[in-house]
Amino acid sequence: MANFFDKSDLTRKDVDEIVSDTLKNCDDGELYFENSKSESILLDDNKIKSSNYSSDLGFGFRAVSNEVVAYSHSNEISKDSLKSSSKNLKSTLKSSKGIYNHEIPKTNNKFYDDINPIEQKTLDSKLEVLNKVNDYLRKKDSKVKQVTASFSGEQKSIEIIRSGGEALTDIRPLIRFNVSVMLEKNGRKETGVYGIGGRQSYDDYLKDDNWKNVCEEALRIASVNLDSKPAPAGEMKVVLGPGWPAILIHEAIGHGLEGDFNRKKTSAFHNLMGQKVASEGVTIVDDGTIDKRRGSLTIDDEGTPTERTVLIENGILKNFMQDRLNARLMNTRSTGSGRRENYKHIVLPRMRNTMMLSGTQTQDEMIKSVDKGIFAVSFGGGQVDITSGKFVFNCTEAYEINNGKIGSPIKGATLIGDGPSILKEVSMVGNDMMMDPGIGTCGKAGQGVPVGVAQPSILINKMTVGGTKL
Amino acid sequence: MVKNQEYLKTKASYCLDLAKKLGATDASVTVGNSISETVSFRNKALDESNRSDSLAISIETYIDKKKSSISSSNLLEENLQTLIKKCFETTKITPEDEFNSLPDKNLLAKNIKNLNLYDESHLENDQKIHYLKELEETASIDKKIINTESGFTENKSNFILANSDGFCDGYKSSSFTASSVTVAKDENSMERDYEFTSRCHLNDIIKAKELGEIAANQTIKKLSPKKIGSDKISIIFDKRISKGFLSSFAGAISSSAIARGTSFLKDKINQQVFSNSINVIDKPDLIKGMGSQSFDSEGVKSETLNLVNDGILKNYLVDTYNGKKLNLKSNGRSGGSTNLYFENGQISYEELLKMHSRCLYVTETIGHGTNLVTGDYSVGATGFLVENGEFKYPVNEITIAGNFNDMFKNIALANDLEFKYSVNAPTMTIDGMTVAGK
Repeated sequence: MANFFDKSDLTRKDVDEIVSDTLKNCDDGELYFENSKSESILLDDNKIKSSNYSSDLGFGFRAVSNEVVAYSHSNEISKDSLKSSSKNLKSTLKSSKGIYNHEIPKTNNKFYDDINPIEQKTLDSKLEVLNKVNDYLRKKDSKVKQVTASFSGEQKSIEIIRSGGEALTDIRPLIRFNVSVMLEKNGRKETGVYGIGGRQSYDDYLKDDNWKNVCEEALRIASVNLDSKPAPAGEMKVVLGPGWPAILIHEAIGHGLEGDFNRKKTSAFHNLMGQKVASEGVTIVDDGTIDKRRGSLTIDDEGTPTERTVLIENGILKNFMQDRLNARLMNTRSTGSGRRENYKHIVLPRMRNTMMLSGTQTQDEMIKSVDKGIFAVSFGGGQVDITSGKFVFNCTEAYEINNGKIGSPIKGATLIGDGPSILKEVSMVGNDMMMDPGIGTCGKAGQGVPVGVAQPSILINKMTVGGTKL
Repeated sequence: MVKNQEYLKTKASYCLDLAKKLGATDASVTVGNSISETVSFRNKALDESNRSDSLAISIETYIDKKKSSISSSNLLEENLQTLIKKCFETTKITPEDEFNSLPDKNLLAKNIKNLNLYDESHLENDQKIHYLKELEETASIDKKIINTESGFTENKSNFILANSDGFCDGYKSSSFTASSVTVAKDENSMERDYEFTSRCHLNDIIKAKELGEIAANQTIKKLSPKKIGSDKISIIFDKRISKGFLSSFAGAISSSAIARGTSFLKDKINQQVFSNSINVIDKPDLIKGMGSQSFDSEGVKSETLNLVNDGILKNYLVDTYNGKKLNLKSNGRSGGSTNLYFENGQISYEELLKMHSRCLYVTETIGHGTNLVTGDYSVGATGFLVENGEFKYPVNEITIAGNFNDMFKNIALANDLEFKYSVNAPTMTIDGMTVAGK
């Protein structure tokens, strides 16, 4: 276990005393230490463009009184620095008289190993793979004009110290491998991007020349887009493929089910608990306990063990995702969804791996049932306006559907919909649930955290497609 | 207090010396300290206070044409030693890249002007709270406003950039930012909107009452929106959206996108890319400018660039590495544009509104539907339907789409430019885009 203050003038006793003294009249709070080591290696334009290594050590100290949060963070680990943070918190919460909840749930089994993926593989061997990727793609297709490939790896060690001296730790590995390829044909340029990742070593992903599959997929997407036509504009039926397109679920309803927006009543879902918000057959869970997935956590960033939280069960809204603060204020329990980007940020309720579970129908049946619509296979980013419920996402691979048959590929278009009503428009749920490849990062309040999504193919009766062709 | 120049200079020279001693042929170091204090309010009560004190150092070491970099927040000598050794070892095994180098010595900034980017004023938390109280009082006057959130952030930063060619300089800067987010509700809908202000000097930010009032009014106007039908109609972009096109433009003319061939504006120098009335300027030495800089992130002096003259593309934004690839000298834009703006158009805001009998006025876009390789643009939008210069009703759940190549040539600008951010644009109209709705 990493000791976060063995090189400082702090002892564990000092730390415990300062924490207990600072939080004694508070409802909640903790001292959070974090030590992260990360690397990124980028090949671009035929060259290793950058290799960066970064190490960051710091603490974030939080005190909560009723609804008020006081937070102070620093990367100077010393008695002076911690005391000055403590003073800062106390001055904000001058008149606090809270009751500290000492109950610490037991921890989960670990969902990933205590490894440092950066050290497990030499830099040389990583450079070699990146160069192979570049050569492979450029040899494979003469239309390839640009290749970007990257590795990023991280090991984050954390310790959460509560009032009374309880301490919880976690060591979290995370890697990502990404390939982007640009093709050019008759002056037209299109890109294709694909990546994989999760909480494992690089080798787990790259055994058996698996990097080739990543290249092939990026190349395939770019090739499809080279032949794409302008997308249609207007309301129509949309079939979503399995896996990564579940970012629709993430944007459309996931964010709206986070505890903070519902406590503040700014989410379009805040008064819909127990009501029907989706078609029958639609079940959505947010699961932090899947082995080695990008969005999984053994404990969340407040020390609560993660769980599989059922959000919507057979169309009925069952639970919100909660951190300790919002759970306490809403008289419920934390679902282990308290997360932060790093020690510089406060904890917010966030998603982990958000999944729509399989139904019974096949993708074929869905396509066949559509006269005019689109089939969306992959997406870039998405965004949601929590309050109005409107959400968008951008297709990176999509096709038109005419008379029950898949037609030409169409150019990247934005799809827009209404969160609270979109799931009621789901008329078929496929039997082919798939996890995404492990590449998602969710942004909220300026904080990015790794997340996962999963879904089967689904048919949505009506969505607005933002193409240019009327 | 933010760390002073001497402290930062000592750390920087320590790293440069150590890198040199290990055998690096060149090295460059940036070390900075930033202290930021935020107070947030929600529904007229204190919600959060946040103090952040961040140190950061980043070091690049070169062995001839090989290069590698490290960064850390831990400035203890023992840690710096470990990291610089690691950086140097990594550099050794990183392949050569002929374009890697420090900037040309004769391009480095000298005689640095004082751009008045630092205001030493300090607001205690109680004073911030006072501002936010006043703000939320006005923001919540109307009964339709059901939720208010606001924040005040004071930031003070200092940095030193040093390289082994003898460059060593840096300066303090400050910013004061206040924001107001309001949620309004009526029987048909719930809507959110915002307003914010951010300036280097405390006295230049918008007054609390005004900020709250603007946010609330903008939110209430959005209530009970309608969806309109799919159509090709003229679109007017509010100033907070029109400046976004300049940011996309800046991305597309960055030397890295040009050198990699991944920009729709590659090979367009001296060609018409905007309508011929359009001028785009990037001015780094604006006094108190939010994007002002005395030199870029490599130490290269930056001067005013006329990026677009009468619609014709005149310059890329060039850094050292990509400049070498393109056979261009760095123009001090490593890190991108500085204070970027469209020059004012010829007509007033009111005249712009009346240009078309029916048009869509966009106040917010969502999504990441900008493709700089192809110029394709497709995003979700909210706004208002305008007929004969009058705002008729709010509109949402629509998308707008087009391609920058066409859009840029169909821009007309109003004459209401203000310098509030680092990227600024007047209200704009674009013809020929597609709206997808019902």
